Amino acid sequence: MIISWLANPDRFSKVFAPVRPWVAGLSLILFAWGLYLCFASPEDYQQGDTVRIMYIHVPAAWMALFTYLVMGVASFFGLIFRHALADAAAKAAAPIGAVFTALALITGSLWGKPMWGTWWEWDGRMTSVLVLFLFYIGYIALHASIEDEQRAAKSTAILALIGLINLPIIKFSVDWWNTLHQGASVFRPDGPTVAPAMLWPLLVMALAYKALFVWLWLIRIDTEILSRKYNGLRARLGFREGGA
Amino acid sequence: MALSLVVDALSLKKGYRHLIHDLSFSVAPGECVALTGANGVGKTTLLRTLAGFIRPDGGHVRYAGGVDPEGSVAAQAHYLGHAEALSPGRLAGAELDFQRAFLGGTAAGQAEAIRRLNLSPLLELETRMLSAGQKRRLSCARLIMARRPVWLLDEPMSPLDTEHRAKLAELMQGHLSEGGLIVCAVHDALPFEVRELRLTAPAMEAVYG
Amino acid sequence: MTPPSPSLALLKRDLGLSLARGGGPVLAAGFYLTLMAMVPLSLGPEAQTLSKIAPGLTWLCLALASLLSLERLFERDYEDGVFDLLRTGPLALEWVAFLKCLAQWLGTGLILSLMTPVVMILLGAPVGVAGWALVAALIGSFSFALIGGAGASLTLGSRKGGVLIALLVLPFYVPPVIFGAGLMQAFVTGAPVFQALSLLSAYGLFALALGPIAMGAALRSALN
Repeated sequence: MIISWLANPDRFSKVFAPVRPWVAGLSLILFAWGLYLCFASPEDYQQGDTVRIMYIHVPAAWMALFTYLVMGVASFFGLIFRHALADAAAKAAAPIGAVFTALALITGSLWGKPMWGTWWEWDGRMTSVLVLFLFYIGYIALHASIEDEQRAAKSTAILALIGLINLPIIKFSVDWWNTLHQGASVFRPDGPTVAPAMLWPLLVMALAYKALFVWLWLIRIDTEILSRKYNGLRARLGFREGGA
Repeated sequence: MALSLVVDALSLKKGYRHLIHDLSFSVAPGECVALTGANGVGKTTLLRTLAGFIRPDGGHVRYAGGVDPEGSVAAQAHYLGHAEALSPGRLAGAELDFQRAFLGGTAAGQAEAIRRLNLSPLLELETRMLSAGQKRRLSCARLIMARRPVWLLDEPMSPLDTEHRAKLAELMQGHLSEGGLIVCAVHDALPFEVRELRLTAPAMEAVYG
Repeated sequence: MTPPSPSLALLKRDLGLSLARGGGPVLAAGFYLTLMAMVPLSLGPEAQTLSKIAPGLTWLCLALASLLSLERLFERDYEDGVFDLLRTGPLALEWVAFLKCLAQWLGTGLILSLMTPVVMILLGAPVGVAGWALVAALIGSFSFALIGGAGASLTLGSRKGGVLIALLVLPFYVPPVIFGAGLMQAFVTGAPVFQALSLLSAYGLFALALGPIAMGAALRSALN
């Protein structure tokens, strides 16, 4: 079982340390390529140049959701199999996801100004992403407020799972509340409706974001493992000095 | 009533480091084990694990030969911790009534507990008015109100005065003679024969594994 | 006389605790009324404006007032060590948590729900709205109590209590607030209310299913 073999924190650090620079390089190359494509792609006949915001905004919004999904899955494994590594992975993903979500909100707002004439439009999607951002904030705040590392991991894992179950419901309720927004237009059962010239840069950018996420995530997991080790040893020393 | 406790290769972690590593022992019916050891060595954590409050990180805690094999560990045991499980604003009598109803005790048992622990002067007082020793006496009432084979006691004697220490020792001996078992964290020796289990910190190599 | 069942004993005790000294209900009801009194003061007393926003605002205030007593829901018994006793009882921790939420709701949510139609009408909603407002508020406040209980159990033992609970719980209050306020809106505009009511009830059932499981897991982790 490769997964249980890797689940040992020390082994994980050793195996993935050399992988990290490659992922970083991949991310850089993809970003360079993607950004080139963004500016090389034709402007939209309606939106003009502002359509280029989409290449930053849409992948960020995807990543916001994707990262939450990653957090949910890691939390699930942490909760069921009580793996220290899964806890670390979930905790490590949260701030990255929060930043992606904030980026999606900010670029969405920037895009909204020329498109809709307002910085913020209370449409279903924007509102759902805002709630997702609140989820991330709640997760991070809860983690920070519980001192016992293991308890914090457990409580936040439960929160992440409740959130994961609730996300579709909240999305539905917000859509129900406001049906006045454009439908999702890239992945539809009847095929993409975005012109291929726009789809390419979008996909390259999406991959670049993914690689960036993996890179940052690996660094943060490793940091988490090290800090736990440090805390464990320090507590141990304290016990030696104070207790014996 | 005859229930024995088997602890097999138990490992407990505090945070992500080991507190107790590979601990095995067993307690037979009618036996009292006194847990001793330095502060912070894991006596309370071990007791709470025996009560089923904490899931072991390795090994097993088993209660063998129970009257009710379906019942959970917790429902076979009384756990008396540092906190007395009393709400400060409620009357001592009301708390006793609640504990009896909740734990499935009998009215006769409640009367016996009140008599043996000399609780009748306390019943009309709010529990926040009681001293530490009085609160502990109130907590001990549930040992008698609802009979259970396993008593897990965390330094039960410490707040009690001499007279009530003797009373509690008497209750514990009575419980043992009926075939019950006791695991008890102590600092001072108990006034009857017990088996001592001394906890020590695990070796450095086992701390982070 | 048969001895009272453990569940009933716990419910009675918790209800007594939440009613004792008027802490829970008086506080929540007072907060609710004060919030509502601030509304005309901040928006002006024009009946037309008020009656338009009354249903939605009432729901917002109901959600906020439901947050108030959450902090003490488990904290009290956690600090006093009562959970050690409760866990050696015959009831599953999920059921214990549910009973505590129920007692809490009987002590505060129920009273807030009874006040809701009155407050709405005072703010200028049509009188006919009262029946639906009560039904919706009952279902809504019960979902608030269960979801709020999950939030309270997660923050147990952390020192930031109240504000943290509000931060965690409010996003989850979005669907019931939307459905509840939507129901009121539908009634006022003469649209059929059954869609909103069934969605609100569905969320209530969902909270009923998820809440106790989440609380059980969170309490187990907090109480070790």
